[in-house]
Amino acid sequence: MAAVRCVDVCKTYIQGDQEIKALDHLSIEIEAGGFVCLSSPSGGGKTTLLNAIGGLDKPDSGEVWIEDQRIDTMSKGELADLRLRKIGFVFQAYNLIPVLTARENVEFVMQVQGMRPAERRERSTALLEEVGLAGLEDRRPAQMSGGQQQRVAVARAIVSRPTLVLADEPTANLDSKTSDGLMDLFEELNDNHKTTFVIATHDQRVMAHVPRLVRMLDGRIVDDIEQNAA
Amino acid sequence: MHKLHVLLMLAWRNLWRNHRRTGIMLAAIGVGVWAMIFMTALTQGMVNDMIKDGISVLPGHVLAHHPDYRDDPNINNLIPTPDSELKKRFDAAGFKQWATRIKVPAVVTSERDARGVTLLGIDPANERGLTFVAYDDIDGRFLQDAADSGIVIGRKLADTLETEVGKRVVVMSQDPDNDIADRGFRVVGLFGASQESFEEMFVFAGKEAIQRLLKVGDYVTEAVAVGDDYRDVEPVYEKMVGLFDDDVVVKRWFELDSYLGTMLTVMDGFVLIYVVIIFLALSFGLVNTLVMAVFERVREIGLMLALGMKPSSILGQIIIESMLLLIIGLAIGNVLAIASIEPLKSGIDISIVAEGMEMMGAASVLYPQLRLQDIVLANVVVLVLGFFASLSPAWRASRYEPIEAITRVD
Repeated sequence: MAAVRCVDVCKTYIQGDQEIKALDHLSIEIEAGGFVCLSSPSGGGKTTLLNAIGGLDKPDSGEVWIEDQRIDTMSKGELADLRLRKIGFVFQAYNLIPVLTARENVEFVMQVQGMRPAERRERSTALLEEVGLAGLEDRRPAQMSGGQQQRVAVARAIVSRPTLVLADEPTANLDSKTSDGLMDLFEELNDNHKTTFVIATHDQRVMAHVPRLVRMLDGRIVDDIEQNAA
Repeated sequence: MHKLHVLLMLAWRNLWRNHRRTGIMLAAIGVGVWAMIFMTALTQGMVNDMIKDGISVLPGHVLAHHPDYRDDPNINNLIPTPDSELKKRFDAAGFKQWATRIKVPAVVTSERDARGVTLLGIDPANERGLTFVAYDDIDGRFLQDAADSGIVIGRKLADTLETEVGKRVVVMSQDPDNDIADRGFRVVGLFGASQESFEEMFVFAGKEAIQRLLKVGDYVTEAVAVGDDYRDVEPVYEKMVGLFDDDVVVKRWFELDSYLGTMLTVMDGFVLIYVVIIFLALSFGLVNTLVMAVFERVREIGLMLALGMKPSSILGQIIIESMLLLIIGLAIGNVLAIASIEPLKSGIDISIVAEGMEMMGAASVLYPQLRLQDIVLANVVVLVLGFFASLSPAWRASRYEPIEAITRVD
């Protein structure tokens, strides 16, 4: 069973009197445990596709499936539950809740899921250490750099061990060393837990890292390449 | 439970994100709640004084008399049970306080003037605390017993009659045979009252002396009893009804003085109206604060929705934030109210408007009355209406589309 399946998906935005086709009859299937990178110039549709897969944006037509669930017809509440249980998100910007500390941000999803405090703490401690933020657990976002904030967001996305992680430019604010460390972490999770990763990026190093690279242009897939990861 | 904990944590921290705004709102709620409770205490104090004064002008909480007495308060309309028998019944029934009296219209004449009054033949031992007369605030002395042959009149009446303690006055009324019954009494004391009209209207003499004057033997015109609370007279009423046959009517104080009874109901309604009006003024500030708080956090709310928090949880978070704000504001308001009312419990002198107050039946010293149920009412109204006022901004926040909210540009 595919982790993600999009069938003939269309999404059009109106800007002024201009119609922008963000997704143009796009179809794609991503197998469970897949590691896919979506790449396009700005406005090519990769973020829109990511949002449609995450149930954050509804397509105008077509079908979006996560495993065996069709999500484009789900209610807000059902989508929220699906995102909470199955999907981890890393957004391009504004990723953290300002009034929570790094640890509380990482634990946020688990807390909403109802996980026991001891387990939450164990997981968040391990993961914050893994992303190089040991000792910064009690800092609030305003007290951290952009890169540190991004790493907290990544930790939050994967700490509850979702089956699918959607990341929009996850390495945008990271230096090359941290960026490599993050991709290694993604790969490890992909290998060990069979977590499916879909990453939208401009970063050539990330593109080189992934086994499947999907290039998009004007809302269409123009290239879908299986490659040997670096 | 975990979810409630996270919602509480978020609501509490968000509350203190903008200290100044939260502080101003708390001050507004605190002052508003203080005003609600303070105004209520003043109103209740005034109503309480008016009713207690009204009750002390003789009906007690429950009053029994001949069925025709109210229409025609003459000496023929006596309670048809001897006073000695009434005493046995009342003592056995175990009232908090009770008394029997003769109360008839009469004329008091001095060598200078004459005035129509209400003559009361009482047993002073039973009436202590039951009437408006303070026994320890008498020029001269009060009556010593039911057989006392002296008379006690009001200071104002003494001025009018140009008489004083030690002088004699003549009291004139009618006996059961419609003959004039009159007798000279020595003025043994002058009483003061919270209202001058009481000082002019009532004169007190020993019950037995009046029974002899009016030739009514061992009979009285009314029996009165009080309970613990004038708002709850039913137990006293039921007990009193059980003491008499159908030849005596028993009435509650608010049936005897419908003005006061209506006043109590109207003032209770006014209290609720005060509270609601003050809250309505407050609610504009509350809603504005919440709208601003939500508006500032659109992207954050979008993020939480994107991460899987349900719209109902966002709704709950904003409502909890509003409730926390109100609870702290209420605490401040309650403390302010108690702290400002307690020192005033010994009375606020409003003699500057005494004439107007007397027309309403109130005294010139106002005793604020802080009642638990009024504090509870103010708190419940603020919380319940606050809940409804916060629904709109909370609902708005919960309806955001996550991706639109996250990508919103300020």
